Amino acid sequence: MKVLVLISNVPDTTTKIRFTEDNTAFDSSGVQWIINPWDELALTRAVELKEAGAIEKVSVANVGGKITEPTLRKALAIGADDAFRVDAEPLDAFFVAGQLTEVAKDYDIVLAGIEASDYNGSAVGGMLAELLDFNSVSAVSGLNIEGGELVINREIDGGSQVLSCAAPVVLIVQKGIAKEPRIPAMRGIMMARKKPLNVIPAMDGSNKIKFVNYEMPPPKAACKLVDEDNAKELIAMLHEEAKVL
Amino acid sequence: MNFELTEEQIMIQQAARDYAQRELIQDVLERDEKCIFPERHVKNLSELGFMGMMVDPEYDGAGMDTVSYVLAMEELSKVDASTSVIVSVNNSLVCYGLQKFGSEEQKQKYLKPLARGDYLGAFLLSEPEAGSDATSQRTTAEEMDDHYLLNGTKNWITNAASAQIYLVVAQTHPEKKHRGINAFIVERDSPGISLGPHEDKMGMRSSDTHSVMFTDVKVPKENRIGEDGFGFKFAMQALEAGRIGIAAQALGLASGALERSVAYAKERKAFGTEIVNHQAIAFKLADMDLKVENARNLCLKAAWLKDNGKSFRKESAYAKLYCADIAMEVTTEAVQIHGGYGYVKEYHVERLMREAKLTQIYEGTSEIQKIVISRKLLED
Repeated sequence: MKVLVLISNVPDTTTKIRFTEDNTAFDSSGVQWIINPWDELALTRAVELKEAGAIEKVSVANVGGKITEPTLRKALAIGADDAFRVDAEPLDAFFVAGQLTEVAKDYDIVLAGIEASDYNGSAVGGMLAELLDFNSVSAVSGLNIEGGELVINREIDGGSQVLSCAAPVVLIVQKGIAKEPRIPAMRGIMMARKKPLNVIPAMDGSNKIKFVNYEMPPPKAACKLVDEDNAKELIAMLHEEAKVL
Repeated sequence: MNFELTEEQIMIQQAARDYAQRELIQDVLERDEKCIFPERHVKNLSELGFMGMMVDPEYDGAGMDTVSYVLAMEELSKVDASTSVIVSVNNSLVCYGLQKFGSEEQKQKYLKPLARGDYLGAFLLSEPEAGSDATSQRTTAEEMDDHYLLNGTKNWITNAASAQIYLVVAQTHPEKKHRGINAFIVERDSPGISLGPHEDKMGMRSSDTHSVMFTDVKVPKENRIGEDGFGFKFAMQALEAGRIGIAAQALGLASGALERSVAYAKERKAFGTEIVNHQAIAFKLADMDLKVENARNLCLKAAWLKDNGKSFRKESAYAKLYCADIAMEVTTEAVQIHGGYGYVKEYHVERLMREAKLTQIYEGTSEIQKIVISRKLLED
């Protein structure tokens, strides 16, 4: 069984967010790029399953320019066997999913993080399953392979669900799929450059979404303290200012 | 000139940071308080390759450069210098010494498990009456038929109780003074080795430090490192490389204290605003930042010289002296910025300050570094 983990190249979660071009584009200058945290957990689980002998091969893929290669090499250092980079700027989720079809079609299991920590679109995994006519399961928090069968855990309201599913399948994974993202060992870091990183030309495709404007959240307002005997004032404030009542 | 780190160096730096911030931080206060050896962490760090970072992969090491080692030491030391000193002794004194001067048999038998982290090493040079004055070795290694007989006491030995392999410096030919000194690989479970009590230290409390007594300990002749009388030179060369590790440790203590101070000063309010908006605090932070940057540059330059096969004696002494001194200054200021909170254990900076003090003392005191620098300056 072969597993493909989709890797999104995202700004480090502590990045100070700025915009350029009149607030229509993200300012990427000086940004440290990392593997999207959910993808990193997915990759960790895939590598664990390979080490346990449950799968034969772990590949990683992303859509992006050459600047995303260090992120793919980190995935190789963590334990992926090979990597694919579709050479195109990721414009929107539909475009990305379309670009990944050619790579993903030969895999039994595709793991996609439930969202990427940059634009939080939560869309690529589902779209890819649809385009490839693969099964898909969302909100997966556990994956085991027992006797060639996929045993999948999902978190649902008030409990959890265990289900099995036939391959090929896209699993959209969330926290819990692995305990902690794996730290690459030095041997893995050394090996990363020796593993194949295949660059694939982009297929035709266009974006369906255009970013019109970005806004920063308003600065946190100061706390207002209400006297404990003055419930009326509190209710008025909740109604008129916070508009929650 | 190129100040850019390579992709691999950045990955190693991140790996060390992730391990320190995610794992070491969890039990560092308890280990400091109760003097608990970080057994679990040493095992994990071994699996990640941190115990034999610069050893050739042919001998089961990670084959990384000294720059990577400095980056890793800084990150580990920001959180836990007790653990990083264990890493440092194994890497830059024990593994480096064996890789550079050990015989092929010694490398196969001892370097490989040390580089993998299956064995832990210790470096036994200091004595009750021979600290900075390392030429005055009282421990003797008497030459017998097929072995040497070791007698004497070594002091302040990091990893003394946890190590399986000791590198021991001892006097074989007292009449030849320092030219009569030898270095030996001694297996810790050899009969005749006993340990003094656990030293109750001011800082680095999670690393185990003891004196070690040798009473008629037999060491096979093939365990002598290098030619007869090479021991002093061996020790000095190992220390020359070791200084870079301790310099990077001191750098980490300083940069860790700086990071904590910046975070605290942005949160803590006084006189109606965050204290970072008071120039008294902002200027302190600026001074600390400049010192950390200078320290980092000195460390990386010494590492770069070593990696490129150039002489680094003076530069590693610069780095050790400067980093240790500013580690003391920066951690002290960090406690000051934290005020009363800085004086309690929960906020970590008092521990960093206690740990920083040792970097001015061990692996060559600050005063010894000035001897090294001035001698090199005057001989050039």
